[in-house]
Amino acid sequence: MRAQRREGRIRKVLESMTTATIAAETVEPDFYHVKGKHGGILSWLLTTDHKRIGLMYLVAMGVFFLVAMTIGVLMRLELLGPGKTIIDPQTYNTFFTLHGVIMIFLFIIPGLPAVFGNFMLPIMIGAKDVFFPRLNLLSWYLYIAGGLIALIGLFLPGGPADTGWTFYVPYSIRSSANVMPSLFGAFVLGFSSILTGLNFITTIQRMRAPGMTWFKMPLFAWALYSTGWIQILATPIIGITLLLVAVERFFGVGIFDPNLGGDPVLYQHLFWIYSHPAVYIMVLPGLGAVSEIIPVFARRTIFGYKFIAFSSIAIASVGSLVWAHHMFTVGMSGTGMFIFSFLTFLVSIPSAIKVFNWIATLYKGSIALDVPLLFVLSFIVQFSIGGFTGLMLGALAVNIHVQDTYFVVSHFHYVMFGGMGFAFFAAMHYWYPKMFGRMYANKPAKIAWLMTTIGFNTLYFPMFFLGYLGMPRRYYDYLPQYQTIHVIATVGSWIMVLGILIMIANLLVGLRRGTKATANPWGGQTLEWTVASPPTLENFHEIPTVTRDPYDYSMYERPSTEAAK
Amino acid sequence: MGMWLFLFTELILFGGLFIVYAVYRFKHPEEFRLAAAELDTLVGTVNTIILLTSSLTVAMSITALQEGKKHLSLLLIGTTILFAVAFMVNKYFEWGHKFSLGIYPGSPDLTNKPQGEILYFGLYFVMTGLHALHVIIGVVVLLFVMVFIARGSVNKDSYVKLEAGGLYWHLVDIIWIFLFPLFYLIH
Repeated sequence: MRAQRREGRIRKVLESMTTATIAAETVEPDFYHVKGKHGGILSWLLTTDHKRIGLMYLVAMGVFFLVAMTIGVLMRLELLGPGKTIIDPQTYNTFFTLHGVIMIFLFIIPGLPAVFGNFMLPIMIGAKDVFFPRLNLLSWYLYIAGGLIALIGLFLPGGPADTGWTFYVPYSIRSSANVMPSLFGAFVLGFSSILTGLNFITTIQRMRAPGMTWFKMPLFAWALYSTGWIQILATPIIGITLLLVAVERFFGVGIFDPNLGGDPVLYQHLFWIYSHPAVYIMVLPGLGAVSEIIPVFARRTIFGYKFIAFSSIAIASVGSLVWAHHMFTVGMSGTGMFIFSFLTFLVSIPSAIKVFNWIATLYKGSIALDVPLLFVLSFIVQFSIGGFTGLMLGALAVNIHVQDTYFVVSHFHYVMFGGMGFAFFAAMHYWYPKMFGRMYANKPAKIAWLMTTIGFNTLYFPMFFLGYLGMPRRYYDYLPQYQTIHVIATVGSWIMVLGILIMIANLLVGLRRGTKATANPWGGQTLEWTVASPPTLENFHEIPTVTRDPYDYSMYERPSTEAAK
Repeated sequence: MGMWLFLFTELILFGGLFIVYAVYRFKHPEEFRLAAAELDTLVGTVNTIILLTSSLTVAMSITALQEGKKHLSLLLIGTTILFAVAFMVNKYFEWGHKFSLGIYPGSPDLTNKPQGEILYFGLYFVMTGLHALHVIIGVVVLLFVMVFIARGSVNKDSYVKLEAGGLYWHLVDIIWIFLFPLFYLIH
């Protein structure tokens, strides 16, 4: 009798152990809920998990973006009428400097690589993390430090820098405003960028899953690879250039000061040798994200995979040779101007190849008009407008007329904001379910998209005409004949900002109230959609062996297409 | 691989300075020559030999570790660091001499000289100064590696960190190899 009861108890214990083991194996916690060495905030601040680092970048970037956006809104308010509207001229100068420094160095350059590159790249290539996880965390800390240093100037006597984000000499040497924090902050941010690029290149070269050859890699990885090379090779030049300006301010060394024999145009060359490739650091990852999104929502294999992959490399290479197209009005030789103009026209070709391939992918595809695709469609139109006007600026005769006018302002906002900015929004809406395990509400997202697109184009398209009619950029005051267009632009800014705020609010609400997302809500074919939403700590239980192409939608192909082949 | 990529960035960092040097020397060839005559070629040569030998010792330390000779490896890295210190001492005296002559950035004496000379010395101080900073960084890196070797985490079977440290040291050396002729040997 006692033996039977004991046997019963032993059996029950064994059963519950087995059940518990099965339960533990099938319900591995996602990376948010895993128990690590630290708890609470330290589990974030001391993490080396690429997913958490990507999210920390997202939060920091979001804050910086909102600050710079507010400054933009205030600038547009000031420009509603000639003369003073709400701020004085010195403040206006610091505003466009801050707006540029924050948007460029703290939002767009880190941008997609820091958030989506960090989060998605290892998963996309079948790895458990990046090659140097601790270096990754250091990159984040350098980013935060650089941002804080750059913004300290706001609180020091003398006010923040008023030189424009380009820090042209001799004014940047002589200005009594606090230029040093901005210079030094940008220098520190450069390190963050370099280390991220270094990390991604090593990761892509060394950590691809078995079977994932270069040409089975997702195009986002190709984009991050090209971007990484530009980050490594171009960023040091801006590092040394800004360092020289700082040394000149502090020690009076005389490298760029004309009084001591220095050459201000030399500064411009050195500055743009980085800052032009920098715009490719900004846009290439966005182009990569678009190449990811289009096949999914057209249910088609991407058209011309190899061309798109190589075009990223081509843009990175040729784009490093065109810097002086920012300097056509400084008095360069005719031969020099001709060469740079010619190369500028050449660099548009790989970008155009991408656009044509995307459209060819969409053509006769099975289009699912979801929010990521909507943002991508806006992107294609806006990026093309930005690209065309870039070519116009590359044409020497036109450039002489519109250089340093609102034409240029409009051009770069079209590529940087209408291009990369919208690509960021598209990537946000595409990878959101994977990152957060929930879906956002569709209707507000679509309304936000529509308002942002309409507002963006109302704000920036008229500026082409404004520039062509002769209104210079960075001017606080202007002649009455320009006012109409300025008012239109400012109203556009309100519509756009409202759209952006609705978009952000919707995404935040979705974190709490969104429906739980499955592993693959969009039907994507790249590796990140094979893991849970959100992913577990090490992404994969076992590293997969890759056999398929990354955009294999052959199962969706219609029978008639098969027969025609 | 990561260290090689990082070395590319350091090369380009100094490359920017070499570009500035090239432009200004092209504009003021005579004045550069005159200013260069004020530098002591003997001290520069001694420093070059010091750094070259230090690169030898750090390379030897890698071979020593690969052969399992931990103490020899530590000794060789220590020698490398001593050479670095000697280099810095020389630099200290060189710069000190210039300062006593009134030649330093922003000095009234310097401002009265022709522009080419102001540029030459500006570049001299910035470039050798930045190089000296990298010598110090290299010493710190090598000290860390010594600690790792002493503790055993860098050893005969796992010596990537020593190789990476050695590579960084070779870079510091190579930059000086370019600085030396450009500042000391032009005539």
